[in-house]
Amino acid sequence: MKSAFVTVGSTSFDELILSVTSNSVIQIFRELGFEKLVLQIGRGLVRPEPCTFGDFTLEVFQYKDSIAEEIQRADLVISHAGAGSCLETLGAGKPLLVVVNDQLMDNHQLELARQLHRDGHLYYCTCKTLADTMKSMDLSALKPFLPGKTEEFAIFMDRIVGLEKVD
Amino acid sequence: GGHTTEILRLMESLSPCYNPRHYVIAETDTMSKDKICCLEVSRKYKYAEQEYTIHKIPRSREVHQSWSSTLLTTLHSLLYSGPLVFTLKPDLILCNGPGTCVPLCISALLLGVLGIKRILIVYVESICRVEKLSLSGKILYYLSDYFLVQWPNLKEKYPRSIYLGRVV
Repeated sequence: MKSAFVTVGSTSFDELILSVTSNSVIQIFRELGFEKLVLQIGRGLVRPEPCTFGDFTLEVFQYKDSIAEEIQRADLVISHAGAGSCLETLGAGKPLLVVVNDQLMDNHQLELARQLHRDGHLYYCTCKTLADTMKSMDLSALKPFLPGKTEEFAIFMDRIVGLEKVD
Repeated sequence: GGHTTEILRLMESLSPCYNPRHYVIAETDTMSKDKICCLEVSRKYKYAEQEYTIHKIPRSREVHQSWSSTLLTTLHSLLYSGPLVFTLKPDLILCNGPGTCVPLCISALLLGVLGIKRILIVYVESICRVEKLSLSGKILYYLSDYFLVQWPNLKEKYPRSIYLGRVV
């Protein structure tokens, strides 16, 4: 069953939840072959009722300890631009569409989405452009995202604290 | 959310020599504790004799909080971070940008200025910061011993920073 997972992270993103559950966007999901939509709504005030209509299922939850399973099960992840969700999704090798919240005070999240989009790893849009982006995106064109160089960081740290290995 | 994920990835890579570990999180943060415990439990299987503690301090700034009230809440955080740093006297503070780290680093600097202990401050700017530094980053750019950025644009704009590539 082709499913999409929408995550808003640790806070809320009511505008996104409203957008993805709007009739027009649900229609786009169906046209793209999706049969299931799972929403992680955080502490949002917009709380759609989970339901099934025809061959389309809507699941809703606020938080889980880990969204790794939801990401694994999804064929598409639609996420707020938080680093955690983005990195987790890209790390799992799943197609990612980031929706930037233009209501936030200082929209630094846009910088990351824009850069990762430039590097070909995800698509990004705002709630207003969500429908158009979903219709035009080509998920197979996305490039794999390599994990960060944590070993380089560890080597750097060992050097500066004086733990460098002596050969 | 994001800050915790990033710092835990960094912590995962560190050798068992970085022990004991003290995690400082904001009082109102309900999610980080579980993530930290998860990581530490897996470390326990890999390495012997690992110790960790989680400390809570008032958040310097909530998401969406006004800047004027942020000054007051930061001063309030200092009242907690000061005694905490003074008691723990860590060798190293590793932070990555949530408002909570600023009062901690200021307290660490104070300990140095008072001749009590020289604490190494390593700041790793979030992967989210591609073109501009965060507010914590701007403050700690001059106050930290090592300031890491994860995108080349920032290395150009902030020459004092260190660029190892994306580390998270």
